[in-house]
Amino acid sequence: MSDTANPTIDSARQDQPTPVKSVKPRIQAGSLTPYMFVTPAIIVMLGGLLYPIFMAFYLSFYDWEIGRPFSDAPAVGMANFIRMIQDEQVWEVLWVTLRFGFWTITIEMVLGIALALLLEKPIRGASFFRTIFILPLMVSPVVVGLIWRYLFDARSGWINYYLTTWFGMEPLVWLGDPQLAFFAIVFTDIWQWTPFIFIIIIAGLQALPSEVVEASEIDGANWWQQIFLVKLPMIQSIIVIALLMRIIDVFRGLEVMLIMTGGGPGRSTELLSLHIYKRAFETQQLGYASAIAVLLILVVFGLSLAILNFANPMKTRSDV
Amino acid sequence: MKNETTRYIYYYTALILLACISLAPIWVMISTSFKDEVTVQSSTPLWFFFVPTFQNYADILTGRGKFDLYLMNSIIVGVSATFLTLFIGGFCAYALARARFVGRGFLANATLLVRMVPPAVVAVPAFAFVTLTGLDNDLAALVFLYTAISLPFAIWLLFGFYKQIPVELEEAAVVDGATPLQVFFRVLMPLMTSGYAVAAIFTFRIAWNEFILALLLTGRNTRTLPVATAGFLTEEGVEWGRIMAMGTLIVIPPLIFTFFAAKQIIAGMTAGAVKG
Repeated sequence: MSDTANPTIDSARQDQPTPVKSVKPRIQAGSLTPYMFVTPAIIVMLGGLLYPIFMAFYLSFYDWEIGRPFSDAPAVGMANFIRMIQDEQVWEVLWVTLRFGFWTITIEMVLGIALALLLEKPIRGASFFRTIFILPLMVSPVVVGLIWRYLFDARSGWINYYLTTWFGMEPLVWLGDPQLAFFAIVFTDIWQWTPFIFIIIIAGLQALPSEVVEASEIDGANWWQQIFLVKLPMIQSIIVIALLMRIIDVFRGLEVMLIMTGGGPGRSTELLSLHIYKRAFETQQLGYASAIAVLLILVVFGLSLAILNFANPMKTRSDV
Repeated sequence: MKNETTRYIYYYTALILLACISLAPIWVMISTSFKDEVTVQSSTPLWFFFVPTFQNYADILTGRGKFDLYLMNSIIVGVSATFLTLFIGGFCAYALARARFVGRGFLANATLLVRMVPPAVVAVPAFAFVTLTGLDNDLAALVFLYTAISLPFAIWLLFGFYKQIPVELEEAAVVDGATPLQVFFRVLMPLMTSGYAVAAIFTFRIAWNEFILALLLTGRNTRTLPVATAGFLTEEGVEWGRIMAMGTLIVIPPLIFTFFAAKQIIAGMTAGAVKG
């Protein structure tokens, strides 16, 4: 597996070949001290992460609406899950989520990797440009939604202005048409997340041992062969992990769409997470929303396990 | 030689173009926040040349919208969650990095597994919990949840930084009679400043930017900035000048972090992607 520019990882990797460390740290097996150190974190994560996950499973077996006391909520067994399977809306938002994921991630990966390969050579001012590139990633999703809702606005939006004056097009009702709205949220996501792929891939490329690339050059590999037979295969695991992380994010995200379109028109921009949110707090069906949330948890955990399979930083040490 | 120059021209043109694409939407927001309503409504987009006004900021910070209160709420929540996460997460990461104990591997895996829990999953149970316990108008619930959400990434990040510190330092301190807590605070803390700085930026950013949980768990007096801004959008419709001023206020801290600690942020992001 190839490496990144991250010093933490480099050092962790160098530890690996040493099978046994002769020196022992202060806190060690048999002592209670390590447990005292990890207990606060465990308590907070149990309460703030595992309890909600457990509750989502639990509530999914009840028919509970906002405003009614939970003691009055009837237990309905698997009814919520059966309803989910037959629910056309759930299938519709799953399809929207998959299409959204396909277009955004494909374009972001291709653009991000291509730009990283083109701009890989270290040049003066590179760090300044990288600072600029990560700005979209630091902006709050709510603000991203606001900005692009303004830009895509049908009446006063800047995008319509340039399309009409430069290209002589008719003004488009971007966020009021199912297909155009879908395009708008895809476009927004690409703007925000392509830099993420770019930054990661370029870090991976720059950490490649230069001897390997040089050796391939001596062996007569041309530019394309170097990319597809040497560089990309060597950063393969980085690409896969970036891909998995983006897929997880597609299942987690809802804020940008909530601000830009509210999921509409119809359900054309309603991703799975947004659908759960609307089920729970707009149609007020907490139990049924929890059942869909269980589906979401299973998807995200499956993908997270896949990432752990590729790289588990805390398990690589021999002393574990 | 000529080839080299052409290549640099091509590099820099591409970089400048990409930088413009990244910056333009953010600049649209910032510039709009300094325009009066007439300028905002003007039929031509004005990028640079307009008479700037601070009226939007004066309106939102002193008006009836209680925006000053919400700004304070955001700061309180962000700072508290960051402090708690670093404190609790630092201990946990240290133990995971240095100690062998039963359950260590399980804890490490479980931590990484819950790192990506979707906010939509946490939302329903958290909402049910605060309405049942009457905590639905209290910033404490929000601070607790943000701490929980940030912990896995912070632990994982700090773990890497602890691994870099040579064990010999701690052993020397132990030989001199230091207790585990003294080792942690006196010996390691000074060496961990950059690690804690990166973790702090990521934690603060999560708490500062988060919207869904804040929307559900706060009331009239406990709203955070993103919630107040989104609320303004539906209530007031199209007062873009003021909305953009709110958006600009939300973006300021992350922008400052980026310019002062871009290198650390990139290290955190890259590490995050590469190592799960």
